[in-house]
Amino acid sequence: MITLHHYIILSIILFTIGAIGAITRRNVIVIFMCIELMLNAANIAFLAFARWDLLIQGKIFVLFIVAIAAAETAIGLAIIILLYRNKKTVCVDEMNILRG
Amino acid sequence: MNAILFYTFASIAVISALMVITRRNPLMSALMLVSCFLATAIIFALLDATFLAVLQILIYAGAIMVLFIFVIMLVHTDNKFLKIRTITFSKTLGTMAVIYMAIVLCIAVWVPPFVKAPDSGISFTATQSIGRSLVTTYAIPFELLSVLLLVAIIGAILLSKKEV
Repeated sequence: MITLHHYIILSIILFTIGAIGAITRRNVIVIFMCIELMLNAANIAFLAFARWDLLIQGKIFVLFIVAIAAAETAIGLAIIILLYRNKKTVCVDEMNILRG
Repeated sequence: MNAILFYTFASIAVISALMVITRRNPLMSALMLVSCFLATAIIFALLDATFLAVLQILIYAGAIMVLFIFVIMLVHTDNKFLKIRTITFSKTLGTMAVIYMAIVLCIAVWVPPFVKAPDSGISFTATQSIGRSLVTTYAIPFELLSVLLLVAIIGAILLSKKEV
């Protein structure tokens, strides 16, 4: 029998993998993908809670998250291209000009 | 049947997520991310959210991943990136902190009433209900979302233009 806990644990595992990737990787594009992974894990949790409480609001929220993730990706990738044009690299270790 | 589908696609999602963060080539990471999103779409369908499962495939696995692959192709990955990975103190500490957070969350979530999912009526499963609440209760957030997407489009064009 699959209970709510299974879905939440799956969501926690995916979120953890995404967070570990965002901490350890150096390629800024891969870090961006890890953020998408974490958003996706949150979506699973939203839909699982919506299914168990029979609330339509969970689905609406996931719809909004997907749309905002699309906007975020468009802007983020434009920023990455801009950074690459200026610094000729996408390695986060070399993006330290704001540190002064 | 439900359990078999859940365990199969949950393990596919977890394994592809692990591949995303371990592959050295960003293009391989992107392809593994597509596989993770497809498995997640099946999980969404198991949760009676068929419309969102289709949306997940169309937007995430389709549009967003195409954008990612475009950028990976545009950005020249030099050999400097493929150098040996280093294990630093801060990364180890961060990873351990995240794993600790996951364990604490799992323990916090594991509280006894393990109930089966209640029977979902037609008002929950039908896509009609999502559409209806998008134009009635959530009409203003929905319109704001379309403005946000417009702003994102204009912002992306402005940012990536060669010379202003």
